[in-house]
Amino acid sequence: MKTDLILAGVGGQGILSIAAIVGAAAIEKGLYLKQSETHGMSQRGGAVVSHLRIADRPIASDLIPQGGADVILSVEPMESLRYLPFLSEKGWVVTNSTMFNNIPDYPEFELIEKEIRKLPHSVLLDADAIARKLGHPRGSNMVMLGAASPFLRLSKEEIIGGIEMIFRRKGPDVIKANINAFEAGLEISGRLPEGK
Amino acid sequence: MLGVEAIGQGAIDGGISGVYAYPGTPSTEITEYIQNNEVAITRNIHRLWSVNEKTAFEAALGMSYAGKRSLVCMKHVGLNVAADPFMNACVTGVNGGLVLAVADDPSMHSSQNEQDSRFYGKFGMVPVLEPSNQQEAYDMAYDGLELSEQLKVPVVLRITTRLAHSRSGVASRPLKEEKPLGIPENPKQFLLLPAYARKYYQDLLGKQHKMLSHSEVSAWNRYQDGQDKSLGIIACGIAWNYLMEHFGEGNLPHPVVKICQYPLPVDMLKKLEEECGELLVMEEGYPLVEEQLTDFFGKGKKISGRLNGVLPRAGELNPDHVAKALGLKVYTGPAVPPVVANRPPALCQGCGHQDVYFALNAAISVYGDGRVFSDIGCYTLGALQPYDSIDTCVDMGASITMAKGASDAGLIPAFAVIGDSTFTHSGITGLLDCVVEKTNINIIILDNEAVAMTGGQDSSAAGKIEDICAGIGVAPEHIRLVVPLKKNHEEMVKTIREEIAFPGVSVIIARRPCIQKIAREKKSNR
Repeated sequence: MKTDLILAGVGGQGILSIAAIVGAAAIEKGLYLKQSETHGMSQRGGAVVSHLRIADRPIASDLIPQGGADVILSVEPMESLRYLPFLSEKGWVVTNSTMFNNIPDYPEFELIEKEIRKLPHSVLLDADAIARKLGHPRGSNMVMLGAASPFLRLSKEEIIGGIEMIFRRKGPDVIKANINAFEAGLEISGRLPEGK
Repeated sequence: MLGVEAIGQGAIDGGISGVYAYPGTPSTEITEYIQNNEVAITRNIHRLWSVNEKTAFEAALGMSYAGKRSLVCMKHVGLNVAADPFMNACVTGVNGGLVLAVADDPSMHSSQNEQDSRFYGKFGMVPVLEPSNQQEAYDMAYDGLELSEQLKVPVVLRITTRLAHSRSGVASRPLKEEKPLGIPENPKQFLLLPAYARKYYQDLLGKQHKMLSHSEVSAWNRYQDGQDKSLGIIACGIAWNYLMEHFGEGNLPHPVVKICQYPLPVDMLKKLEEECGELLVMEEGYPLVEEQLTDFFGKGKKISGRLNGVLPRAGELNPDHVAKALGLKVYTGPAVPPVVANRPPALCQGCGHQDVYFALNAAISVYGDGRVFSDIGCYTLGALQPYDSIDTCVDMGASITMAKGASDAGLIPAFAVIGDSTFTHSGITGLLDCVVEKTNINIIILDNEAVAMTGGQDSSAAGKIEDICAGIGVAPEHIRLVVPLKKNHEEMVKTIREEIAFPGVSVIIARRPCIQKIAREKKSNR
């Protein structure tokens, strides 16, 4: 078993909280893990990426080779396209549609959407809107994790276990709100027709 | 844990009594990890930030002099600042074990160059340890302290960005006791008067064969045989992982030497050279090993790597470079569509630096471009649109001294823009030069009360900048304080213009706390 996940976003959007949950779930399951992160200058509103690799055998490289990612999970639509060379033939792109526009030449959303729709396996969802509707506006990353979860080769229960571990210190209400957001995201992907 | 955190844990378990460092990506988290570690807190291991890398190294050496083990951490360019004590500590040797953890940044993710610190190890003629994974990073810190005491020299632990900021499980080893206080057996060991220094340098030369024999038997270096001897591979540090990514341990058809401890193990490499048709060197950083092995006149065995273009000459390695160098066919996903725009880092919304740059632009537009010398920090992003305010960024502290030289040359008015922590790191001495010569210079100190770029560590400058400037001899009426807020724009422009009119040393302190630091503190108080 092996899952190579690329997490993409903009510095400050909190992709590492998603990585922490998947990582905790993987370690709880006794899997090997390597997770490379972006620190430093790019955290100031620049493009950031994390390579997260989990497997049932030792992992060599800290970086996923091109064409190797099972999933690109992006919390920002344009960022989902930046790492496409890493996507495997059967890989999925799961991305939030809420734009983070902090640059002067940010493209029209329709152009980004068109590129995402060209991919054979993609999920595009408005995680921010879903999180707001649930009354947990800061839970959009959990919605995204939920939407990507069917492709991670971890069970729903295992990932929820990861959420419980990471948010343990914040109390049962926060855990509950995040699990709700996760389940709302999972429902989106769960409704997808096979192979699309 | 992160590769850098593994170094911190390894050093704690290895019995250090102090860590000394100045923040710098990708080395910062070594010290932060130790600062938050329970054992380090219980033992009260020294773990406060130093003013710069030179003071950090010297304090670590002092701790070694006193018989205790110490760790000193910095980024690659920080070792330039600490090069003087480092090179001389190689000659004095150590008493308590001393490990220098230096984090290189190939591809310059957060740096102004991608220099390779292994050269410093070679220059100082001391062992260099270069981990290929997080476990080795831990073990090398743990065992490096021991090695340092065995060989009586500082040991360099060199890590690069990718491993520094990548997480994996690490198995820890038994916590060692701290060393007792004890001055060197030879009371003159750290006295580099020429007569002593000549002797100690001979001692260092005499230790070289010992360092080599350690490399030959090191568990981190090894020869792995392969059937296809048309090619022999030398994989250094993290390059080993990229190689194994494609083959898995034991499945590589070619013989390979894994190098994670220097000086280079001669016997293993000789065997590889004798058995194989050609050699391929994979190393993260400059082609240090490749140059050492390549015959100057090109008459020897063909050696490939970064020098002949089989691997890229610049930047960090990755599994794809390695695959290409070996001629492996790999599937690549779709190309990045042209619609994707670059997203460089930027100053945060609400950051005080923005207000300073807009005021500075307004105040000096009449003089034309090319007069603002700046420095290393978040504020270097003032080079980008929409500010386009600064013209230089070279090394820590160079804003003041370069502005001085330009002013000496007649470029008046000349401006230096420097952060509070950069000022205490390396700006104070340059300011003294200006005061001594009554240079016509305008220095703006951006005081956000933090080392902001690296995560808001406490700045040594906190609450001291006015006193430092006045103490050095800047006239009190030309030490001006402004609060960088949009509503103060006109006042800031006026202040800058008034100081331009004064033909001597002016310091304008723009003080407003880093908004990221405020946000972090709010969060942790919740």
